[in-house]
Amino acid sequence: MLKLLNKIRKTGIVTEPVDRSAELDALGLEVKSIIDKHYAGSFAIRAVDAGSCNACELEIHALNNPLYDIERFGVHFVASPRHADALLVTGPVSCHMSAALLRVWRAVPEPKWLIAMGDCAIDGGEFAGSYAVMDGVNTLLKADVLIPGCPPTPALILRAVLQLLQGMHSR
Amino acid sequence: MNRFDWLSELIARCEDEHILLRGGSAAELAPAHVLNLDVEDWGRFAEVAKQQVIRWCAIWALQQDDENLLLNACFEKEGDYLVVRAPLELRSPVLPSHTPVYPAANRPERHMQDMFGVLFSNHPDHRRWTRHQAWSEEDYPLRKNFPASNEKSKTVEPATDHHYNFFQAQGAAVYEIPVGPIHAGIIEPGYFRFQAVGERVLNLEERLGYVHKGIEKIAEGRDPAGLTKLAGRISGDTTLAHSWAACMAMERAAKLKIPARAEYIRALLAERERVANHLGDIGAVCNDVGFAFAFIQFGRLREIWQRTNMEMFHHRMLMDVMIPGGVKYDLQGAQINELQQQHTDLKAEVTELMEILDNNTSLEDRLLNTGVLSPELAEKLGVLGYVGKASGIDYDVRRDHVYAPYGQLTVESPCYQYGDVASRVRVRADEIFQSLKLMDEMLTKMPEGEISIQWKQPLAGAEGIGIVEGWRGEIISFVRFDDAGRISRFYSRDPSWLNWPAIEQLIHGNIVPDFPVCNKSVNGSYSGHDL
Repeated sequence: MLKLLNKIRKTGIVTEPVDRSAELDALGLEVKSIIDKHYAGSFAIRAVDAGSCNACELEIHALNNPLYDIERFGVHFVASPRHADALLVTGPVSCHMSAALLRVWRAVPEPKWLIAMGDCAIDGGEFAGSYAVMDGVNTLLKADVLIPGCPPTPALILRAVLQLLQGMHSR
Repeated sequence: MNRFDWLSELIARCEDEHILLRGGSAAELAPAHVLNLDVEDWGRFAEVAKQQVIRWCAIWALQQDDENLLLNACFEKEGDYLVVRAPLELRSPVLPSHTPVYPAANRPERHMQDMFGVLFSNHPDHRRWTRHQAWSEEDYPLRKNFPASNEKSKTVEPATDHHYNFFQAQGAAVYEIPVGPIHAGIIEPGYFRFQAVGERVLNLEERLGYVHKGIEKIAEGRDPAGLTKLAGRISGDTTLAHSWAACMAMERAAKLKIPARAEYIRALLAERERVANHLGDIGAVCNDVGFAFAFIQFGRLREIWQRTNMEMFHHRMLMDVMIPGGVKYDLQGAQINELQQQHTDLKAEVTELMEILDNNTSLEDRLLNTGVLSPELAEKLGVLGYVGKASGIDYDVRRDHVYAPYGQLTVESPCYQYGDVASRVRVRADEIFQSLKLMDEMLTKMPEGEISIQWKQPLAGAEGIGIVEGWRGEIISFVRFDDAGRISRFYSRDPSWLNWPAIEQLIHGNIVPDFPVCNKSVNGSYSGHDL
């Protein structure tokens, strides 16, 4: 147990500013204030893999590692769509997942937002044109934000989520 | 020991059993040996192979013309691979199954049944597998007359996978838990159905195929660079190893020898991929039993590792660094020193952390004797990688079926007998240390020279097989070219095909709340399996 505590002490706080630019840091703080004001301090995202290769999921996981620690801005990932403010969809939407995706979207209470993450979710990406995929989220639903990349880096995802919030409430 | 010691014995046993061998070839799919059979002998050959303790690896077909398929099944013994082939006429596409003797063949055969419209006459389970209900039962996507972009399957309100005949259990206190396809975490989709009494799991049945993207079909018609890109997205966490296996298969088909330095860099990257995934998963296994300390620490180490990938190879997960004929990025002198330093640092960190994990009694309580896969069962199922190594299967492609550059390196591979979650974690940690050692050796021995060679168009109908040890275990890729130097058939067998069924077995008798940790300790790829 002492070793464990010592390791924690030695590691210290590794969480870093969003970017080395002051602009994103400022954005982070602004978004935090939006979340505090409009979402009682917490903005909930439900991630849905609709046929991704799993690379996008790993980068979403990275957002929760101590270096990014997205929760410090009040953004957190939830287990149920009923708890979600936004749905974050990855993958080209495989035909076998499209029914489940529609159901989960209907389960998210209004008001709600849809984020398409990764090249696949935007237009099918590397799998576009296949008999087995729908060529992106927009063939079934209407995405509010697109995050390009294969996969998008954690910094890009973070930036997109922050910008979504800023766009919704800064007016 | 000579290579293929066992082949003459196998051939002699086939003759005893009156299995007619229609010639073979050591060159056709080298380094695998090819034997040609009649389809009538397909099932009996498997019986003989099983008696000779030969491991079943994979099955795939390819359509030769309007009337004929060519069946392929891959076997391995003592590090040598055998591919048996038999022609099958499409007007009566019925053949014997390997499943009665090799349970590992169960789902791969059902995949072939759905994709090619063949019938395995004595298969114990004729339910659909990869096909849900997006395309009709009479459509077979991998036949040449099925269009790659079939519009019929793309309906706006698609049918769910109704009326799949799940196994049922009945009794006074038995209840069912349906889970999925969307799970509570940030993970891939798949469906699980549990039957339980109280907290105890009586039975688990998996239903996969939700992330089927038609990878085998859309590979057809691609050029080598296009296939490499696609193979790098079969399973995003295994982008390097899958694109390596695909490139290896294509390069063998084209009889292209890549520069030695490219081989070293490929191997270095493959070890980096192994380490990244093991780091993430050790943390995630601990997180599934509520030990957040390890999750945070290993997550931190993984992130640092991925950032180095970004700095040196321009992608955090190493996507698209592989190209047919070599690799895209070289290493400079300073980077080699930087990597050596990183290996030393990581070794110290993981050593320190594993000591903390080993001495944590609550962790021990949850991981020891949880999700046990016995060595007997492991062998029967033909499991691979760390799942096998934790259950007495001492097999590693890098050591036992040597491919460049591993022949010039010292490959060590752990093996344990207990088969529980703790053993699988232990194998992962051992593999991190061994990979670090291997990478240091690579950096010392790395030859000078080019990092890629100009692609050369293979002959029409040229074929190749690529076999590598991905971080989950053995990956097998097969390619065949058409007369324009494009892909006419691509098959890829992720180790998850053989590891997924193990979860159904090792969960028996465990409690429902231990399912996440058992599942994570195996960590099958959904995407790599569903294709």
